Amino acid sequence: MAMSTRRKLVEWSTAYIFLSPYLFVFGVFTIFAVGYAFYLSFTRYDLFSPPQWMGLRNYLRLLQDEEFMQHALPNTLKYVAVVVPVQTVISLVVAFALDQQIKFRRLFRTTFYVPSVTSSVVIALIFMWMFSRVGVINAFLRTDIDWLNSPAWALPTIMTVNIWSTIGTMMLIFLAGLQDIPVTYYEASMIDGASRLQIFRYVTIPLLRPVIFFVVTMGLIGCFQVFDQIYVMTSGGPLGSTLTIAYLVFKAAFRSTTPQMGYAAAVAFVLAFMIFVVTMIQRRLIETEPYQ
Amino acid sequence: MATTAHALPRYRREAMPVWDRVKMPLFYGVLLLWAIVSLTPFWLSVVYSLMPKENIYDMPPRLLPRPLTLDNYRVVLTSFELFPRWLLNSTIISAVVTLLRTLFCAMGGYAFARLKFPGRNILFILMLSSMMIPGQVYIVPNYLTISKVFHLLDNLLAVILPGVATAFGIFMMTQFYKSIPAELEEAAFIDGASRFTIFFRIILPISRAALITLALFTFQGTWNEFMWPLIVLQTPENFTLPLGLKWFQSEYYTLYSIVLSGSLFNSLPIIIIFFLFQRYFIRSVALTGLKEG
Repeated sequence: MAMSTRRKLVEWSTAYIFLSPYLFVFGVFTIFAVGYAFYLSFTRYDLFSPPQWMGLRNYLRLLQDEEFMQHALPNTLKYVAVVVPVQTVISLVVAFALDQQIKFRRLFRTTFYVPSVTSSVVIALIFMWMFSRVGVINAFLRTDIDWLNSPAWALPTIMTVNIWSTIGTMMLIFLAGLQDIPVTYYEASMIDGASRLQIFRYVTIPLLRPVIFFVVTMGLIGCFQVFDQIYVMTSGGPLGSTLTIAYLVFKAAFRSTTPQMGYAAAVAFVLAFMIFVVTMIQRRLIETEPYQ
Repeated sequence: MATTAHALPRYRREAMPVWDRVKMPLFYGVLLLWAIVSLTPFWLSVVYSLMPKENIYDMPPRLLPRPLTLDNYRVVLTSFELFPRWLLNSTIISAVVTLLRTLFCAMGGYAFARLKFPGRNILFILMLSSMMIPGQVYIVPNYLTISKVFHLLDNLLAVILPGVATAFGIFMMTQFYKSIPAELEEAAFIDGASRFTIFFRIILPISRAALITLALFTFQGTWNEFMWPLIVLQTPENFTLPLGLKWFQSEYYTLYSIVLSGSLFNSLPIIIIFFLFQRYFIRSVALTGLKEG
């Protein structure tokens, strides 16, 4: 059906009117923001005098910045390397158990998802109390560790909190993926005499690959950006032991004696680049469509 | 059954009974363990919030509040006047953002799914790409825009304005409108109804499920949001509940029972909403998860 020019024009303007609220937000807070941040990342800007062109000096400064090289970078990598595999494996195991002929499946599923709908600040506050020196965790483990004030234990504590709070969502995604695998695949492999372990290894895991890719990607993105729990529980301390790249962006811009907007923007772009590279690498590792 | 068993290799016949005997207890064990791990922090925080503030570190852990008191809740609601203020701020921000975002994303999604216009594909690709940029990139320029262009620093509108439409919401609604047949609206279109009439009279009513899902996610996200409000809201009177709770905890760290009872005002509404609208939450987590994969 060919449209008349008049009708075309009406349709075009209707579309732009429908999109106008989003285009405003997108134009100002996304497109302009990214461009402006990119420009600022090459400047020194303390909010009082206008931005001063610095060329690549912010990016070069990163390499010599002790906060970045000694704390933020290694802490972020440690954090991602521990949290992503642990949360993925636990949520897969829980989802797998839930995918069996289980009574009260819905009740279990609901229970597991509750931490995921609760605010990160509330979770952080509850865990701060539990992990305090005279708190529940030490009483339960019969230890006497000042978890959040110890440079050795603070980061593992925050990792534990985040693993605990994200597993609900990932478990739900895995469960949906497991339920999507047709029963006939399992029946066929059982008739062929495959063992349970073989079925899991050669049927379940390959069919679940796109879901695993999705969960790991979400996990990576979330872990690289962890902020709330760190702000609430330790503010990057003690002695920089929980300072991450995402937290450093905030700290440089809003918690320095003179605001370092340009440097913060440069750190943010380095973070964005790291997320992009790691996501691409893992896409290679977990091929998405080896079948069909 | 007998023939199937016969066809199986020998090792299977011996291995199966052992596995069959342990598998269900094992699965129930895993599930019960994780249920306990998931709920214990909430349970303990409720129990201790119902005990006097001197008993906040009573060990070994109490599983029931003894002595029982509602004092902490009374303090939260009556003697500390900032708490009701934070509740109100959080409610205003979340309600306005939810309402506007749901409407604007439905409109935008409909345009992308059904209308032809120049720049559609490039806009859609730009929008999807923007979802991959981490939030940290935006905080510096958007703080400057809010403070120097809009002069909205320390104003609730600073939290509302950037949230009224999002790439995720538009994307979700676009996918939804692509999945429903176009015949319904085409009949009306031929009858001479305008796109606006069609959208508000026909499309919005039939997208109820998708709208509720988007509204729930938006409410939950806005109600719990922390980093952006932390950057743009500055005086305690203007804080949202999560900001207020953190501020209260650092000002009065000896009053942890009050922190715990205050926290409940933040987590309970969301948990109740989640229980009431469970199927929407669970369906869409599965949906967005699998569509992307």
